[in-house]
Amino acid sequence: MSNQEHDQEISIQTDDFSLADEVALLEKGNLTDGAVVTFTGRVRNNNNGNFVTTLTLEHYPGMTEKSLAKIITQAKDRWQLGRVKVIHRIGELTIGDQIVFVGVTSKHRQDAFAANEFIMDYLKVKAPFWKKEKIITAVTEDGNDAGTTSENWLDAKNSDTNKAELWS
Amino acid sequence: MINIVFFAALREQLNCSNMSLAADEAKTVNDIKQLLADKSTQWQQIFSNTSLLSAVNHDMVDGDFPVKSGDEVAFFPPVTGG
Repeated sequence: MSNQEHDQEISIQTDDFSLADEVALLEKGNLTDGAVVTFTGRVRNNNNGNFVTTLTLEHYPGMTEKSLAKIITQAKDRWQLGRVKVIHRIGELTIGDQIVFVGVTSKHRQDAFAANEFIMDYLKVKAPFWKKEKIITAVTEDGNDAGTTSENWLDAKNSDTNKAELWS
Repeated sequence: MINIVFFAALREQLNCSNMSLAADEAKTVNDIKQLLADKSTQWQQIFSNTSLLSAVNHDMVDGDFPVKSGDEVAFFPPVTGG
């Protein structure tokens, strides 16, 4: 598979993306696929009981694209897929912001559902991204900042590793 | 020369994002790790963390992976994207 093809399938960007636009690109002129499955990951306002204010995403340019290309190739080897798109944002994000998009098309839904979940599960444990969260450790009932603000790199979760291993 | 890069929490702990080594100083990723650990007690402690991951030329590898001149060797914590 050419690098150019993967270039179109993978985007690492600071800018936001439009779910509607991405679905339109997966569908435009695509007359063979009856199934379109998309996943969008967003910044939530809580983690481990703390109030999250911002999330900063760092990555390893070059390796990120290479690892995502490998994951997409594995998915295509395993399931019947038409189009694939993976978008991952980097830089500082705030609550409710979109972080990641995975969209796949297939003739039928089973392959599309499975491939989408596989790509997300592998991205979680193999693609070199790291999240740093800014949190407030306590919040008063009226929502004012009553606690201290701190910055932490997130720890990887065993549950993500276990989930990815289910595909092997 | 071998180019070495660090990311995320590791980069901050080391206060260093990249450095280089003469290619004849190390045969494997583990050799490089040992050379880095020998730099100071602080680095020794940081590189004793067994959860650290390594990559050579953008592919994740194990410690016994061979390295040669021109390679880019990366060390980083477990990934947390998505």
